[in-house]
Amino acid sequence: MAQAKGIRSESGKVRRVIVVGGGLAGLMTVIKLCEAGVPVDLFSLVPVKRSHSVCAQGGINASVNTKGEGDSPRVHLEETVYGGDFLANQPPVKGMADAAPGIVYMLDRMGVPFNRTAEGLLDFRRFGGTLFHRTAFAGATTGQQLLYALDEQVRRFETVDVEDEKGIVVKGEKMVRKFEFWDFVSIVQDDTGRCVGIVAQDLKTMDVTSFPADAVCLATGGPGIVFGRSTNSVINTGTAASAVYQQGACYGNGEFIQVHPTAIPGADKLRLISESARGEGGRVWVPKDPKERRVGRDVPEGDRDYFLEAKYPGYGNLVPRDIASRELFLKCFHEKKGVYNDKTNKNELEVYLDLTHIQKDVLKHKLAGILEIYEKFVGEDPYENPMRVFPAVHYSMGGLWVDFERSADGSLVAGSPRNQSTNIEGLYAAGEVDYQYHGANRLGANSLLSCIYAGMVTGPSMATYRKNMKTSGYDSPKSTFDKAEKRERAKYTDLLKLDGKENPYGLHKELGDAMLLDCTIERHNDKLDKVIAKIDELEDRAKKVNVLDTSEHANRGAQFVRHLNNMLVLARVIAQGARNRDESRGAHFKPAFKDRNDKEFLRSTLALYKGGEKGRSEVTYVRELDYNLAGRSVHVTDSVDISLVTPRARKYEQAGAASAAATGALDGKESKKSAAATPSA
Amino acid sequence: MSDKKIRLKILRQDSPTKEKRWEEFDVEWHPRMNVISALMEVQRNPVTVDGTKVAPVVWESSCLEEVCGACTMIVNGRVRQSCTALIDQISPNGEPITLAPMTKFPLVRDLIVDRSRMFHDLTKVKAWITLDGSHELGPGPRQAPENQEEAYPLSRCMTCGCCLEACPQVNDHSNFIGPAAINQVRLFNLHPSGSMHATERLEAVMGEGGVADCGKAQNCVEVCPKEIPLVDSIAQVSRATTKHMLFGWLLK
Repeated sequence: MAQAKGIRSESGKVRRVIVVGGGLAGLMTVIKLCEAGVPVDLFSLVPVKRSHSVCAQGGINASVNTKGEGDSPRVHLEETVYGGDFLANQPPVKGMADAAPGIVYMLDRMGVPFNRTAEGLLDFRRFGGTLFHRTAFAGATTGQQLLYALDEQVRRFETVDVEDEKGIVVKGEKMVRKFEFWDFVSIVQDDTGRCVGIVAQDLKTMDVTSFPADAVCLATGGPGIVFGRSTNSVINTGTAASAVYQQGACYGNGEFIQVHPTAIPGADKLRLISESARGEGGRVWVPKDPKERRVGRDVPEGDRDYFLEAKYPGYGNLVPRDIASRELFLKCFHEKKGVYNDKTNKNELEVYLDLTHIQKDVLKHKLAGILEIYEKFVGEDPYENPMRVFPAVHYSMGGLWVDFERSADGSLVAGSPRNQSTNIEGLYAAGEVDYQYHGANRLGANSLLSCIYAGMVTGPSMATYRKNMKTSGYDSPKSTFDKAEKRERAKYTDLLKLDGKENPYGLHKELGDAMLLDCTIERHNDKLDKVIAKIDELEDRAKKVNVLDTSEHANRGAQFVRHLNNMLVLARVIAQGARNRDESRGAHFKPAFKDRNDKEFLRSTLALYKGGEKGRSEVTYVRELDYNLAGRSVHVTDSVDISLVTPRARKYEQAGAASAAATGALDGKESKKSAAATPSA
Repeated sequence: MSDKKIRLKILRQDSPTKEKRWEEFDVEWHPRMNVISALMEVQRNPVTVDGTKVAPVVWESSCLEEVCGACTMIVNGRVRQSCTALIDQISPNGEPITLAPMTKFPLVRDLIVDRSRMFHDLTKVKAWITLDGSHELGPGPRQAPENQEEAYPLSRCMTCGCCLEACPQVNDHSNFIGPAAINQVRLFNLHPSGSMHATERLEAVMGEGGVADCGKAQNCVEVCPKEIPLVDSIAQVSRATTKHMLFGWLLK
């Protein structure tokens, strides 16, 4: 058959692609697709303006170097790779660091109210893992402001007409159609395995429907809710990633879960207090006397242990998150030196995060958003009292495995259909749901950047794929869609019949408790074995749940059971991946294997799904895989592309250790102080 | 760990066509508990105080830290986000807590309502910068810090619906667009590139259902969780529309 051409399929329908998820990555993908003339159907669990990207607080990294410190995209690349303990493929990271200044400028043009300098330029602040002022910010609600800007642009495309190849308006068709309050259920695959659409469920009518597409992008975020309570929004169950993983998509580096050092403990959620608090000078400490009864503000300077500053003089409170979280855990859990509580007569799992030495108007101007959260949820004034915080699960570096095509200069080939492609032809992934940019640990303020950059890459990549495809997904046989729809309807009907004794929300709590306790900051093989056994048990018990709600209208119970089953599958990928990796690297820390082991483990973890015995899930880990893309077979392995920055030991005690430029100075035996003062030296 | 109980009285409705009913639940008190965690307890044990097993209550929520706007409902008679409704503050002596859905939007089920009109209104007032494209075109216009300080608070609107719920002019007999969208007109007309299309936005809020329908009750600013100066925004947009009405044709 001839190449699929033009705006319409053979059956006369306007050929669209589907983007699932309306956070930063999804919206940026939509914008790029629209600019390339590709109409989009956008599906989202919630109105896109309520996506989890709103929770990002501190800012977005870009080496604009307006402070004259000698920062550059090259240093940004080096520090990101170093911060990620060398597990990230470097070409995509280079692409991201190079694109970052342009991305921040674009957001500025979109009207994001970034904080300004006296000269009217964008202001930048410090974040973890670097000595440079590299983070642009809008108060302390940067993610919200960025999401709104992209949401506005996509809303504009909802009013733009589709044009055919001759530039003639196609009546009644707009560039973007939104489907909000729809739950992604699965992809539709044709006989060759190619992704030609999705099945989704309307959360009001509960109708299960299939939708054709020339290609599909998942931008559905991370799986934080697998850990029960985290800093994540309640919608971040990872259900979509798990569903396509069960359909054959490869999941990469699942075991790398970031625990953020500073969050407010809570019954329903652990609310983040952004790293920007430390970027603006916030200090972490505990009282030297573990039985200290004075409230934080009354403890004199000399009686405080600023343990991060003491141990890491170079980066101080701004060491990367995995390191800070481990130190806090050590202090509170092992040394039992957390803040003493008179009422409970014990040392709580809490340390002080102190901003009280900073001028109030500076705090108001730069951090009001997070201080307001602390005030509202804790009921204490953080301008006057040191905040009490503890680490919380925050971000998944791992996610759906995606490909890239390396260019001659070590970056990405622009518009290559391999970029951000999963191993299922026609299925793309972008944002936290992909595994691509952060290696073993993500640096603060790189997530907003990676989401937007991934969207900027995925849009053109999908447009190329669509342009070159031989037959449109829209022209796949009707039976393909009918079959998928029927399969998923039957599954849903079965869910409604579940009348066992187990409460699905209760099972989720048990899963979260097990994962949180033994699969986060510290990992021990014996305990991981227990977590895996627990997952076995929960998968068995999940078959005996009670759906609790049999309503045919806005049923949340049945939907939750589906998400729970999918969470259990991902939990196994995470826990088993952690069990297998006998080394310590970034966020993955095993006290029994304290060192990084590049010889055996400088490689991506590639997980494929396998249905196991007794209806349990099983994981197969592979070292290489082949996948089809536009009529050719692509072979990939688990080796990491380290062509730009050579792996070396990762240490943050000395200033400038994370970037080669500064390391050069250190090699020359210059003092730490001068390296800190002139990081570009 | 504690035998202290919290009583929730919840206004429930299975769908827009079904009857409304009140149901009561007792849940165990926990430190730092909010309305959402109380509702989560109901999910784990959906049994009313008289021992009837029922379907768990449904509600809308996402971020749980009052930046997404999803979990807005009427808590003890006042519209607000339920995530920041801390049990110890709203029921200091164990008083029953009432939860009901917002009334100015079509009901979906229980505490869920359909706020899509608010997003349509954002389209109506063209709440966006008309961008030439997302490709690299260098930095945006320079802006004084004071501009940012004026725009940023306006830009924190989460489309939560509190202001519409509290506004007496938003009702079945009126098409009043409400404070949230008018505030967006002010926000985008403040921006150096946004102001190039100021007229279109002003015209969108002139005429029936526009800014002139504001009855100056000032309830909006009272209930706004982000303390957005909505009354100022309405006044500024109102002045700008008057100016445009009187002199607009001269400037064309």
